Amino acid sequence: MAASAGIRAGRTASRRAAAGVSSPWVLRGASILFVLGLWEWGASVSVNAAFPTCSDTLAAFGEMLVDGTFAEAYAETAGPLIVGVLLTAAGGVLAGLVMGLSSRAEWLGLPVFIVLQASPSAAIVPLITFVYGIGFTAKVFAVVLLSAPVIVLNSYRGIANTPRSLLEMSNAFLASRWQRIWKVVIPAGSGMIFAGLRLGLAQGFTGAVLAELIITPTGVGDLITFYRSTAEYPQMFAAILSIILVASISVTLLQNLERRLFRPELRPA
Amino acid sequence: MTDSAGITSEPGVGAPVENGRDPAVRIVDLVKEFPGGVRALGGLTFDVPKGELTSIIGPSGCGKTTTLKIVAGLADATSGRVEVGGAPVTGPGPDRAFVFQDFALLPWATVLRNVAFGLELRGLPKKEREETARAYVDKVGLSGFEDSYPHQLSGGMRQRVGLARALAVDADILLMDEPFASVDEQIRRQFQDDLLRLLSDERKTVIFVTHSIEEAVYVSDQVVILTRGPSRVSKVVRPGVDRSGGSDEIRRDPAYLDWVEQIWHELRDYLER
Repeated sequence: MAASAGIRAGRTASRRAAAGVSSPWVLRGASILFVLGLWEWGASVSVNAAFPTCSDTLAAFGEMLVDGTFAEAYAETAGPLIVGVLLTAAGGVLAGLVMGLSSRAEWLGLPVFIVLQASPSAAIVPLITFVYGIGFTAKVFAVVLLSAPVIVLNSYRGIANTPRSLLEMSNAFLASRWQRIWKVVIPAGSGMIFAGLRLGLAQGFTGAVLAELIITPTGVGDLITFYRSTAEYPQMFAAILSIILVASISVTLLQNLERRLFRPELRPA
Repeated sequence: MTDSAGITSEPGVGAPVENGRDPAVRIVDLVKEFPGGVRALGGLTFDVPKGELTSIIGPSGCGKTTTLKIVAGLADATSGRVEVGGAPVTGPGPDRAFVFQDFALLPWATVLRNVAFGLELRGLPKKEREETARAYVDKVGLSGFEDSYPHQLSGGMRQRVGLARALAVDADILLMDEPFASVDEQIRRQFQDDLLRLLSDERKTVIFVTHSIEEAVYVSDQVVILTRGPSRVSKVVRPGVDRSGGSDEIRRDPAYLDWVEQIWHELRDYLER
């Protein structure tokens, strides 16, 4: 992994030198601008009223941000999302750890999560209402249902693939069982574990919004449903855009947290 | 066999292993069978004298590394025994430190933390263990790189970190598994000299696995030659190369070249059989 990071760094450096671009942010910004430009152009040549232009959407976005529509909606969505993601993160990483460390737990647990990952979760979400009604619990459950498989399976893979030589080294230098898990196994697997958490968080957003669209219209899901019914498409798209934005920001924050905690060598200097 | 008979009786070079002390490590009739009935070690017996460097050399697949890992307590023997300081080995211990062929450094830890890792696992306070680690980083010639990460170092430098980590725990016995195998030739030679210099200060017993005959003769007091399938001790020799001159002198020394040639013949006899 270190080697590929080195190659990546080298490549970025040479590309930078060639293009005379001073910072990767310029390229990232350009990539976003490109997509937004494509959107603006696509919507302006389209005759469909349900496809607003980028500028209309951004205007609606600004309005909703200022008048507190977003704040209100996210305050509502955040509850089940945070509870669900925290539950899954704690339980999922733990389950992955146990499965990665014990072959019995692996045989017992792995099939469940593989099946769960392959199953069409969106189709199961409506069924939740039969069991948990339409309240908070049902929405938390929807978040857990969508985010659990990827978190558990990634943690499991990260733990089970700890380099043998590092295990042998910790053994030779007399690590206790807990020292080995805490100082070697978890940091070695942290890349996979956090990749799972990031994907799980993104899935959790999907679960939360799905629950709000399918179970009961509240929060951001309600915004989408409401603006669709009143045919205010820029507002509806702005709501969707806000989900993408919030999800990407949280995922990036999580990535920074990982580097700070476990992988200082990957932190940009 | 006339060749090999000549090795031990070479006048003025080889001397029998008698320094009147108990060996640091005694390996008796060591057998290792892998699941499926593959016999890797077919009854090895040899002694490792205290305070000396013993190389294990032999064709690849002859069980050199397996032997070393059993001595380290990282692998179990099928039968036979390994004694360290008179006591049988049942697992890893504080009296032995291992230098790994693939370095086995923590990629997320700085050089300093990697070197201090053995002490960290023993629960030494941070300040104390870093002080010791700094001293060894300096000794292996890496001062200035304390805060670097392994991926920023060359292969040779990484193995220096591995060596410093093993020295830092102050074990009596150093087990080195082809430590220079993934280091290029120029650096390898310099590393061999540095190793000898370090060891002369430290008075350690070293078991050194290598597949390079030149390296074995250059660094060792005693060379254990293994044969393959299943592996046995073919011969134990004591080159006793005169190290008073410089590195270049030794490599041109006829006695040194003789030993290289004779060990090569010994190994080749078995390969051809």
